Parts: sequence; C-alpha cells; structure tokens
Amino acid sequence: MEEFFTMIVLIADATLRVSTPLILAALAGLYAERSGVVDIALEGKLLGAAFAAATVAAVTHSAWLGLAAGITFAVALAMIHAYACVTHKGDQVVSGMAINILVAGLGPTLALAWFRQGGQTPRVEGGARFHPWSWPGAEAVADIPVIGPIYFEIISGHNMFVYIAVLCVPLTAWVIYKTRFGLRLRAVGESPEAVDTAGISVDWMRYQALIVTGILCGIGGTYLSIAQNAGFLRNMSAGQGFIALAALIFGKWRPWPTMFACFLFAFTDAVQTRLQGVDIPGIGIIPVQFIQALPFALTVILLAGFVGKAVAPRASGIPYIKER
Amino acid sequence: MIALAPPTQVPRWVTHVLVPVTNLLVAFVIAGIIIAAIGEDPFKAMKLLVLGAFGASDLIGFTLYYTTNFIFTGLAVAIAFHCGLFNIGGEGQAYVGGLGVGLVGLAFSGWPAPIVILIAIAASMAFGAAWAFIPGYLQAKRGSHVVITTIMFNFLAAAMITYLLVEVLIQPGQQAPQSREFDANAWLPFMHDVLRGIGINMGQSSLNLSFVIALIAAFLVWVFIWHTRWGYEIRTVGANQAAAVYAGISPSRNIILAMLISGGLAGMVGINEIIGVHHRLILDFPAGFGFVGIAVALMGRNHPLGIFFAALLFGMLYQGGSELSFDIPTITRDLVVVIQGLVILFSGAMEHVFRPHIIAAYIRIVGGRAVGAAAE
Repeated sequence: MEEFFTMIVLIADATLRVSTPLILAALAGLYAERSGVVDIALEGKLLGAAFAAATVAAVTHSAWLGLAAGITFAVALAMIHAYACVTHKGDQVVSGMAINILVAGLGPTLALAWFRQGGQTPRVEGGARFHPWSWPGAEAVADIPVIGPIYFEIISGHNMFVYIAVLCVPLTAWVIYKTRFGLRLRAVGESPEAVDTAGISVDWMRYQALIVTGILCGIGGTYLSIAQNAGFLRNMSAGQGFIALAALIFGKWRPWPTMFACFLFAFTDAVQTRLQGVDIPGIGIIPVQFIQALPFALTVILLAGFVGKAVAPRASGIPYIKER
Repeated sequence: MIALAPPTQVPRWVTHVLVPVTNLLVAFVIAGIIIAAIGEDPFKAMKLLVLGAFGASDLIGFTLYYTTNFIFTGLAVAIAFHCGLFNIGGEGQAYVGGLGVGLVGLAFSGWPAPIVILIAIAASMAFGAAWAFIPGYLQAKRGSHVVITTIMFNFLAAAMITYLLVEVLIQPGQQAPQSREFDANAWLPFMHDVLRGIGINMGQSSLNLSFVIALIAAFLVWVFIWHTRWGYEIRTVGANQAAAVYAGISPSRNIILAMLISGGLAGMVGINEIIGVHHRLILDFPAGFGFVGIAVALMGRNHPLGIFFAALLFGMLYQGGSELSFDIPTITRDLVVVIQGLVILFSGAMEHVFRPHIIAAYIRIVGGRAVGAAAE
C-alpha cells in the first residue's frame, strides 16, 4: 500500500513536469485557433525557442536572458506565420509546416557553426538554467505520512514554469471569456465579417493573437532547453507541439478541458517511463518501443472516436478577405 | 490590398515559370544569407554544391538516386493535395512501404528475379497504402484531422519498425538492428550495370532501375489526375466538397482513394532504398525524404513534370550538400533542411506575396492586351 501510494505520488509529480510544455503550447494554439488561424507550427516554435534560449543562456550565462531570447524568437516565428497567412492569405497549414521544417534545420545548423558540438548547445549550468523551487518547510514535512509526500513531491519542488503553465489556464479562461479582447478574439474566429463590420481590424486581432501564441510557445520552449533539460538537442521537442494540438482539439478549444487533456497525455508519458522493463502479470514485459508509442497511439484514438463532435472555431483556417 | 491577384491575362510562362522561379530565388538568397552569417562563402558553397551534384558521372548517378525518392514522395504529396488533403505522413508511409519490400526480400529467397521484384514493388505500394488508409479513413468518416493523424503515424511507424528490427528481423548473431542481406535475386539492378550492358560507361553509384519506375509512376499519375474519371472526381472534391456532393461525387470515398494512392506512392521509396541500394531492411532509411516531398510538390505545383524538376533540384541539394560537407564541415545536411523549409515557405505559404508584383511588372513593361486587368 505504502509502495503503491509512493508510486502514485511520483507519477503525479512526473505528469506535472511533462505536461508543462504541452499546456503552454496548447494554450498558445488556443489563442491562434480561437482567432481563426490554424497553427501547426507550435512544434517549430517550441523547438526554435528551445534553441534560442539555450544559445543565449550558454553565451550570457543568464537564464533570464535565455527566456527573453526564447520568447523573442518564438514571437518572430509567429510573425512570419502571420505575415504569410494573415497579411497575404497564404495556406496556414503549409506555412506552419514550412516553419517546422525551417526550424528543425536552422537550430542544428547554427548550433554547429557557433559551438562546434555536433548541432547541440553546450550544457548550461548554474545561473544559466532555471532550477526547481523548494517551498518553505518541504524538507521538514517530507516524512509526515500522506500529506508530507504530496506537499514535497507534487506541490513543492517544481520549476517556476510548471506553476506558470498551470496559472496560465485560469488566466486564459479569464482573458477569453471575461475581457473585451477575449470577446473580440472569439468573434474574429467565429465570424470575422461581423468583427469587420463593427470597425475592428480582423488582421490586427489575428496578429495580436499570434503574438500571444509566440510568447506562450517561447516560454514552453525555454522550459524544454534550460529548465527541464540542460541544453538544446536536435529535435528535442519530439512531437510535443503536435500532441498539444491534439490536446487542444480534445479539449474542444476551451482552456480547462485542454489542460486536462494535456494532463492525460503527460500521464501516459509518465506511466510509459515507469512501465519500461516491468514484468506485468499475465502480459509479460511490453517491448519498450510499444510503450514509447503510447502517447502517439492515444492521440490517434482520441481524435478518432472519443472526442465527441469537435467543432473548431468556424473561421479557423480560412483567410479573411475583405470585399473589394 | 494586394492579396487578390488581378485576373491573369499574362502569358502562362509568367505565372508558371517566372513566379515559381522568383519564389525559389528568394528562398536561395535567404539560404545564402544564412551561409554568410555562419561565416562561409555562399558563392563558393554554391559552386561546390553544383560540382558535387553534377561534376562526374557517378555524382550525377547519386543525384538521380535521390531524385528518385523525391519523385515518389512529391507525387504522393501532390495527389493528396489535389484532393484537398495535406499528407505529411510520407515519411511513415515510405518506412512501412520499405518494410513490405523487406519482408518480400526475406521471404522469397530463390524465386526468379523478375517475380520477386514485381512482388516487392506490389508490396511497397500495398504496405504504404495500408499505412495511409487509416488516417484517410479517419479523416473521411470521423473527421480526425489528417495532418495530426499522419504525423502520429510517422512516430508509430518508427516505433513499430524499430521493434521489428531490434526484436524480430535482426540478423542472428549481429548487434546492429538490421535484417540479413537478401539473396541477389531480389536485388534491383544498378543503373551502371544496366548501362554497361548496352556499352555505356557510367561511374558506380546508388542509382538503380527505380529511377525508371519513378518516371513511369510520374507519367501514370499525370494520366490518372487529368485523364481519368477518378482523377477528375478527386480534383473536384479537392476544389469544392459541397459542389462534389451535388455532382454525385462522394467526398469520403475520394478522400480514402487519394490517401491510398498517396501512401502507395510514398511506399515506393522502399523499392529504391531497400531492394535498390541497401539490399537489407535497415533503420531510418527514409531520412526525411517524406518531408522533402512536401517542398517538391509545392514547388512543382502538383504537376508531375514540375515535380520531376523540383525532385531533380532537391536531388542536387542532397547529393551536392553531402559532397559540400566534406569541404566545408560547418555546412551539413541540416542546411538542406533549412532550404527545404524556405522553399515550402516561399513556394507554398507566401506564393501570393510576389505574384501580383511580378504580374504588374510584366504588364508595365510589356503592356498590351492585359492593360484592362492592370487598371484595377
């Protein structure tokens, strides 16, 4: 029983850590799609921000400058997307894919030229990295049964970004549902003609939404390279941008359900790490490749059947062209 | 507002040649700037790249060997585009197609060569098509977005084949996760051997008969898309689903059909790689070829002839790029990926950016019959 409880606490702890980039990227996608812009470049923005953050942190030895660089680069990528798709009405999916591929090549190319370490950045240590926060009294209460481990493992001892990601959920819900900006954002994704008629610029609304998308992806990517890991690695985003997109659809473009969808994917990932090499009674040892494929298979299964009817924002993916 | 192109009364070479070439040039200029930014000489790099791709007969062979893969994946992406689908699962479909080829190569030891090769070709198409069928079916019947499902199927294909190679198909007594070598009867002849048979000398390269198969596939795709009823139906669904329904054309049936053909074409990469070059099943042989197909299809404007030239260009970039990295170690295959991304950006997403300006410039310079359109 004791052992089982410990396992649950550790899985919950891992779920929180893994879900952080997913939540940030999914919320980033939420702003874009609610404004009517499909963004499959969440993956590229995570990876690009991870690269920019690790590079600047490695050179300046400042994690905060790294964060600033990550956000700046992700916003710049979002602005390329906006320029192609909002200003010039280009195909949003094609533009997203272009950014994904561009970043996948650009990161290793620049890293190799600047650091000569085979397309990685040097390891970042100390002040160049964001470290977990230990909450007051965490060490002291760790030995108290039940409450101790919960406080020590799940509530305390995470990176700043983990708390930011979770706090971004109510913040996003408030912005989307309670503010004038949110109302306009939702309107521009459902019925851009109406927004245009009201004298509000559709294009400017979408630009603003994509700036927010860039900021959130920038934070998520920074977490990947200089908080969760200690440097930039080739393809380190590993499909998380796409899983975030699936979580967004599974959460039906709403902040809270999207967060729980991210938790579900992160939980699958946390469980798969624990399942590796474990002999399950009646089944035996599941090959590691199958376990690693779990989150991807889950994505397909959820998209295929258990979402219910997922209705995207009506104008999502359609360029808005003012009548001539 | 320049988003809406003026009615095009300019000659076709302006819209079909000048505009794509300009988009391409912009992509290359930016790539050149990146090369300069990492401290290398872009003109020297360009020269080494072209020499590395076309400087000798064996180098041309390697260029055409890469071209073969890109024709297959470019056609695969294009046929899905014609149906309004964005198949970014070419990578996984090629991988699974190669698995089909590999299984045939392993199972049909000792059979006559033409029969084994024909079965292997059929297997590459069947396996690739099967891998694309599920995302196609889910898109058609359940509305699951094909972009996300095909990406997931890329990851799933990689997991499945890694498992098969590590645990099942691995050559006994070997450490490396790869199958045993096939018997020579399952090998597709190399082009330099074929050409020597008719008295032409060509340096040894990976180029094999798959190149001819790719050209035939390109021709058949052209016939299929523009000269058959099925092709017409697929294009109708791609252009306007609602109109297709009114015309009695079933969108879901055509979505599935387009994905099957798309997957089958991507799977044919397995012919070139597995029985053409490696003669055994190995890990990670698609090496990004599926993603290059996106750039190739966009650049080639989804037309087989355009795809051939775009595939040739990327064949040159891949072959020339690997020669280049011997001379300039800071420039690797990753830079080709950057160029690929830039080409998709400028030929695909930003295709409308320069087009009106080019057309307007043409009209201003040449004047004549299109003046009415330009006055808008």
